[in-house]
Amino acid sequence: MNLFRRQLPVCVTAAILLILYVSAGFVYDGFFGGRVAANLISDNAVLGIAALGMTLVIFTGGIDLSVGSVLGFTSVLTATLITSAGWPPLAAWSVALIAGTLMGVLFGGLIEKGELPPFLVTLAGMFFARGLAFAISTESVPINHPWYRSLSEVHVALGDFRLPLPGILLLVLALAVYGLAHHTRLGRNLLAMGGSESSARLMGLPVSSAKVAAYAINGALAAAAGIVATLYTGSGNPATGIGLELDAIAVVVIGGTVLTGGRGHVGGTVLGVLILGVIQMGILFDGRLDSAWMRIVVGLLLLVFILLQRLLLARSKT
Amino acid sequence: MSASVAKPSRQRSPVWWPAIGLLILIAVNAVFDPGFLKMTIVDGHLYGTPIDLFNQGSRVMLLALGMTLVIATGGVDLSVGSVVAVSAAVCAQLIVRETALPLVVLAALGTGLAAGGINAVLVARIGVQPIVATLILMVAGRGLAQLITGGNVVIFSDASFEFLAKGHVLGLPVAALLVLALFGIAQLALRRTAAGLFLEAVGDNATASRFAGIAAARTKALAYLACGGCAGLCGALVAAHIAAADPYQAGINMELDAIFAVVIGGTALTGGRFYLLGSLIGALFLQALTLSMFYFGVPPAVAPVPKAVLIIAVALIQVPRLRQKLTALWQRSPANRKATS
Repeated sequence: MNLFRRQLPVCVTAAILLILYVSAGFVYDGFFGGRVAANLISDNAVLGIAALGMTLVIFTGGIDLSVGSVLGFTSVLTATLITSAGWPPLAAWSVALIAGTLMGVLFGGLIEKGELPPFLVTLAGMFFARGLAFAISTESVPINHPWYRSLSEVHVALGDFRLPLPGILLLVLALAVYGLAHHTRLGRNLLAMGGSESSARLMGLPVSSAKVAAYAINGALAAAAGIVATLYTGSGNPATGIGLELDAIAVVVIGGTVLTGGRGHVGGTVLGVLILGVIQMGILFDGRLDSAWMRIVVGLLLLVFILLQRLLLARSKT
Repeated sequence: MSASVAKPSRQRSPVWWPAIGLLILIAVNAVFDPGFLKMTIVDGHLYGTPIDLFNQGSRVMLLALGMTLVIATGGVDLSVGSVVAVSAAVCAQLIVRETALPLVVLAALGTGLAAGGINAVLVARIGVQPIVATLILMVAGRGLAQLITGGNVVIFSDASFEFLAKGHVLGLPVAALLVLALFGIAQLALRRTAAGLFLEAVGDNATASRFAGIAAARTKALAYLACGGCAGLCGALVAAHIAAADPYQAGINMELDAIFAVVIGGTALTGGRFYLLGSLIGALFLQALTLSMFYFGVPPAVAPVPKAVLIIAVALIQVPRLRQKLTALWQRSPANRKATS
């Protein structure tokens, strides 16, 4: 297969994004422009960061349904440590990141050593993390740390394109995950295992450790998304991210990554996040459309991409 | 091949374990709360916690029934929770428009069958992975439910419809009787004919079963249809139970409870064998667990933690290699060695 054919799903994703963005720009006044573009990125930073980790897990042929709960858990943990325990934010962030990573290691270990299906383990993980989040606090915990207030002023400006910290973090992490997935040995091992786990094992690739690493990195990114959520809202809420795992999976698939693993691109995930963002923003601009359409459109896009993948796979076999 | 030489790991019916678990849970509750097992007859209806268990558990039992068939084929249906929400929304809108009760129930069933049909086409015909195929409806279904109710919670009051969830026949709750009747029908249809065997064959090895002359795709499709139908009926029960349809909360996380009930009941997620009775007991077990956590004062929001730990423990016990390791540990323990030597 040549390069274009192999990256066809990502090209389709890019084309859909372009069509959606341009048509929304013509229909709604003020859609083009730096303000909206910056909002598209920063409003979806939490989802985007979680989706980056999900991409790595789906590369291995697995799935992680726990990210939304881990995100909620780490966000309320961070806020509680800062507000109630009086910790400096950086210390709270480190604890949250470690907690997220450990959860990922736990889930990955159960999947690898316990030979359990990923969706079952992470389904239980979803209950587990959400329960822990509510055990910390049943209500939203506000953060009134002076450092947080100064962080909310941080931004990169390019004309009226004014990108706040959550958006910057999304772009930086996307670059890092892109490098990890497509330019390191670990990334290649993940894709190889998703293509065929037994072949990867027979080739002597460290499949077990790579798989646990994928879930660990995913846990860390979910924790990072939880921290970004506290930056974005200025509080930590145990109910943050309910149902977010579905959006993350949808975004990864819309980004052209094959759900059976072994094929995909981190860049596609970023495009997928932007597609979701444009749809959401369009509904917001319109004002007449029900927000229910958002879910239905995402479902339809999922269907289109899954059928497209089937078609491509069927053709590459012949 | 040491695995094939090892002692057969399945000495008893797998239904044995969830049944023992349920009994232990009930016993613990009965010790701490002597009123737990008390049953009274008020107005000719049976009341008491055990009956409550059946009544409250009936909705997950219904979903678990359909889910068992899908899991038997080696698949899974993540969309049932959303289908419950859609079906509840349909019921509520029909009742507000004063539709006759049989029509409402038929509409609920039809909604579920339609959803199951979509899943069946995607999985059995196009060959999409079950998790992915049913994910589509899981995402889109909730949006659909919101559209049907106009984004509001539709509240109604209709005695004959609410009878489905709150009424009694022969002193027993209607919902539980309905589930038991469906269970009986399913058990007869699957175990007294070759249908159950076909399901297990397809779940064990779809390719081999096709070569053996079984219509593998059709068998799978029927399993998803049955699962969708159960979800549709469950939607009617959910709406009748709270006399309202809430597109946001109805059926939320119910797909998880159903899958857990099936797993606890001894049906392997890899497919190939299934235990309908086990799934029903699994659903009762989950309900009893929820009830006892209420009783011991665990806040409802934290209750998922012990549930999750339990699920993983049960699933780990089912893994053959881990079970062998445990058996080996037991045989190596000094007390046991003395006995055998």
